[in-house]
Amino acid sequence: MQDILEKLEARRAEARLGGGQKRIDAQHGKGKLTARERLDVLLDEGSFEEYDMYKAHRCADFGMEAQQFPGDGVITGWGTINGRPTYVFSQDFTVFGGSLSETHAEKICKIMDLAVQNGAPVIGLNDSGGARIQEGVASLGGYAEVFWRNVQASGVIPQISVIMGPCAGGAVYSPAMTDFIYMVKDTSYMFVTGPDVVKTVTNEIVSAEELGGASTHTKKSSVADGAFENDVEALIEIRRMFDFLPLSSREKPPVLPTADRPDRIEMALDTIIPDNPNKPYDMHEVIARVADEADFFEVQKDHAKNILCGFIRLNGSTVGVVANQPMVLAGCLDIDSAKKAGRFVRFCDAFNIPILTLVDVPGFLPGTAQEYGGIIKHGAKLLFAYAEATVPKVTVITRKAYGGAYDVMSSKHIRADVNYAWPTAQIAVMGAKGATEILYRSELGDPEKIAARTKEYEDNFANPFKAAERGFIDEVIMPHSTRRRVIRAFEMLKTKEVHQPKKKHDNIPL
Amino acid sequence: MFKKILIANRGEIACRVMKTAQKMGIKTVAVYSDADRDAEHVKMADEAVHIGAPPAAQSYLLPDKIIEACKQTGAEAVHPGYGFLSERASFCEALEKEGIIFIGPKVKAIEAMGDKITSKKIAAEAGVSTVPGYMGLIDDAEHAVKISKEIGYPVMIKASAGGGGKGMRIAWNDEEALEGFARSKSEAASSFGDDRIFIEKFIVEPRHIEIQLLGDGHGNVVYLNERECSVQRRNQKVVEEAPSPFLDEKTRKAMGEQSVALAKAVDYQSAGTVEFIVDKDRNFYFLEMNTRLQVEHPVTELITGLDLVELMIRVAAGEKLPIAQKDVTINGWAVESRLYAEDPYRNFLPSIGRLTRYRPPQEETKGGITVRNDTGVTEGSEISMYYDPMIAKLCTHAPTRLEAVDAMADALDRFEVEGIGHNLPFLSALMQHPRWREGRLSTGFIAEEYPEGFGPVAPDAESVQRFAAAAVVLSKIAADRNAHISGSRFPTAAGGKKVVLVAGHTVKAEISPLSTGIGVSLEGGPVLQVETTWQPGNPLAVVVIEGKPVALKVQPAPGGFRMRQRGIDVKVQVLSPRVAELAALMPEKAPPDTSNLLLCPMPGLITSVLVKEGDEVQEGQALAIVEAMKMENMLRAEKRAKVSKVLAKPGASLAVDDVIMEFA
Repeated sequence: MQDILEKLEARRAEARLGGGQKRIDAQHGKGKLTARERLDVLLDEGSFEEYDMYKAHRCADFGMEAQQFPGDGVITGWGTINGRPTYVFSQDFTVFGGSLSETHAEKICKIMDLAVQNGAPVIGLNDSGGARIQEGVASLGGYAEVFWRNVQASGVIPQISVIMGPCAGGAVYSPAMTDFIYMVKDTSYMFVTGPDVVKTVTNEIVSAEELGGASTHTKKSSVADGAFENDVEALIEIRRMFDFLPLSSREKPPVLPTADRPDRIEMALDTIIPDNPNKPYDMHEVIARVADEADFFEVQKDHAKNILCGFIRLNGSTVGVVANQPMVLAGCLDIDSAKKAGRFVRFCDAFNIPILTLVDVPGFLPGTAQEYGGIIKHGAKLLFAYAEATVPKVTVITRKAYGGAYDVMSSKHIRADVNYAWPTAQIAVMGAKGATEILYRSELGDPEKIAARTKEYEDNFANPFKAAERGFIDEVIMPHSTRRRVIRAFEMLKTKEVHQPKKKHDNIPL
Repeated sequence: MFKKILIANRGEIACRVMKTAQKMGIKTVAVYSDADRDAEHVKMADEAVHIGAPPAAQSYLLPDKIIEACKQTGAEAVHPGYGFLSERASFCEALEKEGIIFIGPKVKAIEAMGDKITSKKIAAEAGVSTVPGYMGLIDDAEHAVKISKEIGYPVMIKASAGGGGKGMRIAWNDEEALEGFARSKSEAASSFGDDRIFIEKFIVEPRHIEIQLLGDGHGNVVYLNERECSVQRRNQKVVEEAPSPFLDEKTRKAMGEQSVALAKAVDYQSAGTVEFIVDKDRNFYFLEMNTRLQVEHPVTELITGLDLVELMIRVAAGEKLPIAQKDVTINGWAVESRLYAEDPYRNFLPSIGRLTRYRPPQEETKGGITVRNDTGVTEGSEISMYYDPMIAKLCTHAPTRLEAVDAMADALDRFEVEGIGHNLPFLSALMQHPRWREGRLSTGFIAEEYPEGFGPVAPDAESVQRFAAAAVVLSKIAADRNAHISGSRFPTAAGGKKVVLVAGHTVKAEISPLSTGIGVSLEGGPVLQVETTWQPGNPLAVVVIEGKPVALKVQPAPGGFRMRQRGIDVKVQVLSPRVAELAALMPEKAPPDTSNLLLCPMPGLITSVLVKEGDEVQEGQALAIVEAMKMENMLRAEKRAKVSKVLAKPGASLAVDDVIMEFA
């Protein structure tokens, strides 16, 4: 029997070599790890269980029948991250450039089906030249099988894509439909049509990096949620993110034991709001002081910086944070920030992650660029997302909450569960200056009168008490006790139950 | 004794004075500007009076406002602290007129010592050793050369009204004396509106050593030994100590007695300091007398056991000094570090902003070592552009100099300050500097040892081991915790073997369980016992390696931590051998070339961009204006270039190092 066992080892060894040492060296030469090496970093040591190691393509055209590499350019299976399971696929660029064949797609589909059935996330490591041209429509069919499963799995299990090499053409649409896309700086790019086609069709000369590199997608297009320096750092950080997420929508978010006391007082929050309402402060500081261990996994940190989105833990449990950032565009809402936050809120709601909203918003960004760009519908995305979210929602207004933006930012009226305000909050239709100029238009010529009116408005309306008198604010809280208050609120809401009217699905303004 | 006093100052010194006043049962009144509404000294006082706008000239420097505040609150006396109005004779006079007591010397003493030429004359007459020099008015350049020759080169040509290096020239020969005189004269005229010049001997390898005095209204004056303040950067004192490692008993006594003689000559009745420069042969020369409490007074307090502020208050109230010269002793050694809001990595550029973290080390006396921190800020305080950039004065006291220095190094390691640039890494590095540790100092010490400014400190072999051992243990604690995440169904089998990457070094480590603590063996060496109470999320870790506590600042980073200690600031990764092997394949990325970019030097608002794409700009040409803290900062071209892209539009608010424009 020994020789049979040895044969198995030999077949495994052959499969592990992928496209051969030369191609492995070439992959390393580009500063990239191989598909298997990546899984070594991503998963707990020795936890990877591989499936379909010997799977082979069935193409007999263009001389392909003579070229066989066991596994067919993608490694699939499951492993664990800190003991919690996840399904994975990792495309092997050393085998046919990681191109997707019918069988390559079948391997991915198999683990996706298992992931949905067993309630564990899918992490895809993308490094592929695209469709296996030799296979023609069979390859395209393979893509679509993956797309369909991405959609079926959406909202059931978290799907994370890490782009670690090329991802072009139709291939981009699988990551596009997953929950998060991460990229590796300098060695990954994504686009629907590459620089050559762009040049032919539009005469535009652009490099692959400029067209679809990490910088483009994290700053401009917002296609990617973040980028990392290299493969190792990317995978280590994906492990960190994974610890924030539930394995499926059937579960509550995970709890990580912490020594950080839930009743920790942060006196420095009592001085964070500047005397001058036009002076910004960094909302990151508020988040860090409220979060367990000041740990904030920020999503899309380089895009629409006027709003902050990301994961924190409160008393060990994951909470999604959405916060206006006064440091950028005064923290106003615009097309980009509404889209960013809207999508984040929907992710949280889909996976039972409670939402903490920190509000300092002067309103919507005015201008033709915004109106022509459709701020009405894009702004509505965030409003819609908040209104439909049934997870526990706690809101803290730190300073400005003006106009329609007040309504949007998880206000009581759209069913936030607990709404707190700091004493520095100003909840009104608009700022004092704007309001007096409209209300007392006839007195505009008299600066003294207007100053008095402005003062009067500030005294009477630039505070949280008008809203508190109506019950729109449940309590005005001391900034220093925010962490304690918010943790208690979420603890109380752990048993929240909401029954939704029956419907097929809603119709969010896409 | 007074029932209520007003402190005409802000920041740490106001708090310092109030501490003593409170201890003495005296009520305190603070004054504050708009910028200090929420400041510590305001919170600490029994009463506080608003005295004006943020600039000192519109608040803390207004004698009328202070006097009004005294009347309003019924304060009987005023402690001026240091700086501001502390050495202004007219203020002292005005208070006297109102019947308010100035907690400091009398008007005559302030006046006599306030002018450099007069004070030197009085000192010489009182038998104090002075720098050979010419004190009369100098007619012209020829006269200056003649005097220089008589004194003997090198000589220093100085503005009488000068300070801070302005209007100061060193001449090594006739030619330089000629030129230096002309330059100093014109600089003095433009800077101080007073072109009087004097010439004196230039001391080579000078040390700055000063004598602390205390006098009362009954003719008693004692000297409280010396402080050495040779560690200076551009005439700004950085580290002080008492006693001086350089003085012998004979010199100390001579300096002390001469200082007392000078004090008596001007009927000095308070705390005061006589500054000397001391040359390499222990010849000492009178420099000037400061008629106030000095910033660095705590080191004297620590070695003498006296409370200088208390004695100042008592003397001002007419009491007799409770001590005679024979009672003054030197007990141990004290060191003071001044923590400044100045970024050492950016050539000590002042840094302003919010202290997002401020946790000084525990103030205590334990095992013969005392840690004291004088400060006027707390976490969340704003460091503004209006005042002195000093955040705190950290002092340590121990039986010997080296123990005090090591205690300082440790206290600095435990001092958490974030949110602004500050000189803590520099101070930490200084504590390890061999010349400082050996006490081989001169006022040129920093300029000589850090000619290119301060840069990142590369860890030596011992530090690498220390960081590695600490990181392995912290990383294990974090990993063990992470394995306890809810829903963890599969046991994780992390082995005991690790590879640590520290600043380009690779260290193999192996973890083994011990009955107390965690065993770490580095590079197959002996098992080190490591203990810590650190928990994930703590920004400060005290790790006890083989019984020796090491305090490190710790921030999580991918695969490990950013760790800071002893002025070293490095990323430390703790990886499994497999991941380390793979990490080694990752390319070193060169930091992006920013020479063709105009980067925003500070967080601020772009108010205007003065060039457009395609413009040729000359060296020094104004490119853009950034407004930060209501200050307009003009950004200029460093070299001739063509503007290829303008990325920041007016009205945009930028962070440090955001790109404003690109050059071709």
